[in-house]
Amino acid sequence: MDPNLFRYIWKHTRSHQVWILFVALISMPTYFLALDLPKRIVNGPIQGRGFEDESVRDPFLRMEFSVPEWMNTDGTLVLFEGFDLDRFQMLLGLSLTFLFLVCINGLFKFYINTFKGRLGERMLRRLRYELVDRVLRFPMVQFKRVKPSEVATMVKDEVEPLGGFIGDAFVTPVFLGGQAATAMGFILVQNVWLGGMAAGIIGIQVILIPRLRRRLIELGRERQLTTRALSGRVGEIVDAIGGVHVNDTSNFERADVSSRLGKIFAIRYEIYQRKFFVKFLNNLLAQMTPFLFYSVGGYFALTGRLDIGQLVAVIAAYKDLPSPIKELIDWDQQRLDVQVKYSQVIDQFTVDNMMESQLQPVVTDRPDRLKGQFKISNLTVNDDSGARLLERLSMELNLDRKVAVVGGLNSGAEYLCEALARLLPPGSGRITLQGEDLDELPEAITGRRIGYVPTDASLFQGSVRDNILYILKRAPLREATYDGAAAKHRAWEISEARNSGNTTLDIGADWIDYEAAGASGPEDLLDQVLRVLKIVDLDEDMLGLGLRGVIDPDNRPELAAGLLAARSALRQILEDDAYKGLVEQFDPDAYNQQATIGENLLFGTPVGEAFTDGYLSSHDYIRKILQSEGLDTDLFEMGREIADTAIELFADLPPDHPFFEQLSFMSAEQIPEYQAVLARIQHQSVVDVSDADRDMVLRLPFVYVEPRHRLGLLDESMMARIVTARQALRQKLPQELAGAIEFYDPEAYNRASSIQDNILFGRIAYGVAGGAETILKLGLDVLEKHELIDDVFDVGLDFNVGTSGKRLAQSQRQKVLMARVLLKRPDVLLINRALSSLDRAGQMAIIQRVLKDSEGTDANPPYGVVWALTNAAFASEFERVVVMKDGAMVEEGEPSELLAQKGEYAALVA
Amino acid sequence: MGLKDEVDLLRRVPLFAQIDPGKLKLLAFTSERMSFQADQVLFKQGDQGDAAYVVISGDADVLVNTPEGEIPVAKLGENAFIGEIAILCDVPRTATIKAVTRMETLKIDKEHFLRLIREFPEMGIEVMRELANRLSITTAELSEARNELRKQAS
Repeated sequence: MDPNLFRYIWKHTRSHQVWILFVALISMPTYFLALDLPKRIVNGPIQGRGFEDESVRDPFLRMEFSVPEWMNTDGTLVLFEGFDLDRFQMLLGLSLTFLFLVCINGLFKFYINTFKGRLGERMLRRLRYELVDRVLRFPMVQFKRVKPSEVATMVKDEVEPLGGFIGDAFVTPVFLGGQAATAMGFILVQNVWLGGMAAGIIGIQVILIPRLRRRLIELGRERQLTTRALSGRVGEIVDAIGGVHVNDTSNFERADVSSRLGKIFAIRYEIYQRKFFVKFLNNLLAQMTPFLFYSVGGYFALTGRLDIGQLVAVIAAYKDLPSPIKELIDWDQQRLDVQVKYSQVIDQFTVDNMMESQLQPVVTDRPDRLKGQFKISNLTVNDDSGARLLERLSMELNLDRKVAVVGGLNSGAEYLCEALARLLPPGSGRITLQGEDLDELPEAITGRRIGYVPTDASLFQGSVRDNILYILKRAPLREATYDGAAAKHRAWEISEARNSGNTTLDIGADWIDYEAAGASGPEDLLDQVLRVLKIVDLDEDMLGLGLRGVIDPDNRPELAAGLLAARSALRQILEDDAYKGLVEQFDPDAYNQQATIGENLLFGTPVGEAFTDGYLSSHDYIRKILQSEGLDTDLFEMGREIADTAIELFADLPPDHPFFEQLSFMSAEQIPEYQAVLARIQHQSVVDVSDADRDMVLRLPFVYVEPRHRLGLLDESMMARIVTARQALRQKLPQELAGAIEFYDPEAYNRASSIQDNILFGRIAYGVAGGAETILKLGLDVLEKHELIDDVFDVGLDFNVGTSGKRLAQSQRQKVLMARVLLKRPDVLLINRALSSLDRAGQMAIIQRVLKDSEGTDANPPYGVVWALTNAAFASEFERVVVMKDGAMVEEGEPSELLAQKGEYAALVA
Repeated sequence: MGLKDEVDLLRRVPLFAQIDPGKLKLLAFTSERMSFQADQVLFKQGDQGDAAYVVISGDADVLVNTPEGEIPVAKLGENAFIGEIAILCDVPRTATIKAVTRMETLKIDKEHFLRLIREFPEMGIEVMRELANRLSITTAELSEARNELRKQAS
């Protein structure tokens, strides 16, 4: 990228800049004419020059040119005789012409501005794309120096003003300069003295103001650096928020941010002061000129050296003069400003040893399988500070072997893996693969044929599926087909991408390399995903996520229908005597004893916030239904009794007593509150008490479950009345609440409930030992029988993992990363101390399964493994062990051999 | 069966007999009702103990592992208090309890039980009395068994 902004702009937009310059130039004559016309109108029809007599008619739109006399005897060439008009017609004609010219000028301006805008936006797009492209090619060490949020700020915010400027870069000085010169010339033609005065004052403006603004540019640079640092700091705080909390450093962070903001404030305030001072000066000078025009020009007019028309035209022309001048000065200011920004950004993105773009080609066919070995010769790697990470390492690693690399932390085992994965550039010495320098292989080969599982387990925001399939998306393999408007839009996308030097690869195409995963297409990819999830022991977790997942039955009608069938199958099973009383299913006509009174009333899942915001019992509509059904008195009395019992039982206990965990109605802190309420409402009925007290009492029965709380408050008739109220609630639901409850309907899939709730369609009874486990087993059996397990997996894969995957446990994230590498079926698998969050047995099981998988099957080819282990004890599973210490290899061989040697390996295992 | 019946039931258990009914109600309220099918296991010998049970209805077998397999050593019925040893001494369950018929129990959480003992020393004394009682029975049975063995030997 060119360090000079103007050269960069010129290089990419030359032809467009020339065109827009041309358009700007041809707009000048009409601009001049529009300035000239007022004079003609005032002098001609208004003041009556040329119309001294009522009957005189003058030609309008007469076109004549002076030509040499040999062409025409009277020296003029008349192209168009014009219309003969009287004074009023002339006034109208000239005024209309003026309007016409104004329109033309406006259209010119409109065209130029749009063109400039497009030009600028394209360049901005190009610039941002190039910056991100550079990030993708940065050498790995660069990422130790840059803060992610600072890079993001640079790409997003700091180059933004460039977009506005790029369109203006060449046109504005020409256009505005031309305008100013035209106006200036016009004034000069009218009167040299007035012109001279105007020019003098403009001269002062042009010389003085940029000087005043110099400091502003300096301030702008400081502002850019301080705000960039601020965004880097805020990013760090967010990333390390845990550290802030556990170390009580929040106030230090506050002080740090406050001091940074203080600096930014000081800079910005100085900018304001200077900016408005310059503005003030500018305005003062601009107003100075009309003062001179009125006084001096008026004097000239009075003495007859200037006619009134000229004076009016001069003043009109001058009115147009300051704005181009001001804009020119603004442009100059902006130029300096964006040049500073540009060079600051470019400076950050100009890095030595950037990866050549030939190493990242788009390759759609599959490279051949790797054979042979990694050959490491004399490899030495130092880190930034010069510390040795690997020292004179020489070894050969066959790609078809199972190799364990063991050693303590910083022994070099992890660096060996990173070096093989090309994440750690060799300082001296080299690594070759199949005889070729590893660093010179294109990523199309290394990225497809070598698998790598890193130590840190960070996922990107998206579903589990997105994270797993990400690894297969290397080239748009199946073009998307577009027709109609979509095709047109796609063509536009491509042409625009070309205009901005962006890639035209289609993000909408199918990028997934099914073949690499051993699948033939989208249909059987899930089988492969399941295969690898089983290897890393993540299949049950995904099934669990699927069971707790929510689906939209409109999008997946078949699955919803299948789940409904599973629901009725489960119902039949539950009718068996062995399972009687295990589950109480939802029946619109019966009270569900295992659910709360509130759930029984609502009889559905709330959607949105209409019913979940605050207590259900305080909801206006619910309250109305309770009143109309005459339930409010009974529930109020029930609430009173619950409060009475709770206070009787718990009032004497200290607030931290473990028994309070069992009190679901109220917290320990609320006990005194309820005591006060009970005292107030003694001898009062529901209609007499205050709203606040009624709210407090009425919310208690809403969470009451008879089999759980066992206070004996619900009898048959009460239950029946609640069911009636439930039906009324559904029937009378007002329009604005429609859709706020997804009602339980035995025949319909509930879109707001999870899959497991939909299959169960009821509540597991309280107090049945092992109830939940039995139901889970029955439910899974039913899903299995209905061939729905895979679909539920599928739903589980849709689970959104959150920022950096934090909604999954660390061990699950590590498993996801492991699973996806297995999915791409590499020729050699590098594993760098992954799975550290798993317990020993869990790690061992996965290691054994991966090693088994690496031997290959009919469907999957065998592959080699180089595994930097978290614990040397696992090494016995491998064919060969490499023992690292202080960056060097100290032992290697078969595990049993090494054990017998009683050297480093034996010590590590012991 | 509601809370009131459970309180009556708890009072019939010797351990809780001396305790103020108000506190028993609290204990009942904070405990969980738990039902078991015939043949279902309440807990297994060797498990960590997290709760004790009061039998409301039904019968259970007490089984002990021996080299010859599980052998029943006792039967428990209504009002029995089961599983207190493991939660008192933090040792694994000393026997397996298996329901013979359908059982209704009140499950008392370990923390809650210990807390009650701390707060009501009379309950602690009651627990001691009960354990001492069992110890004397066991001691008597042990000496009887020894005599038996000596007779056989001679």
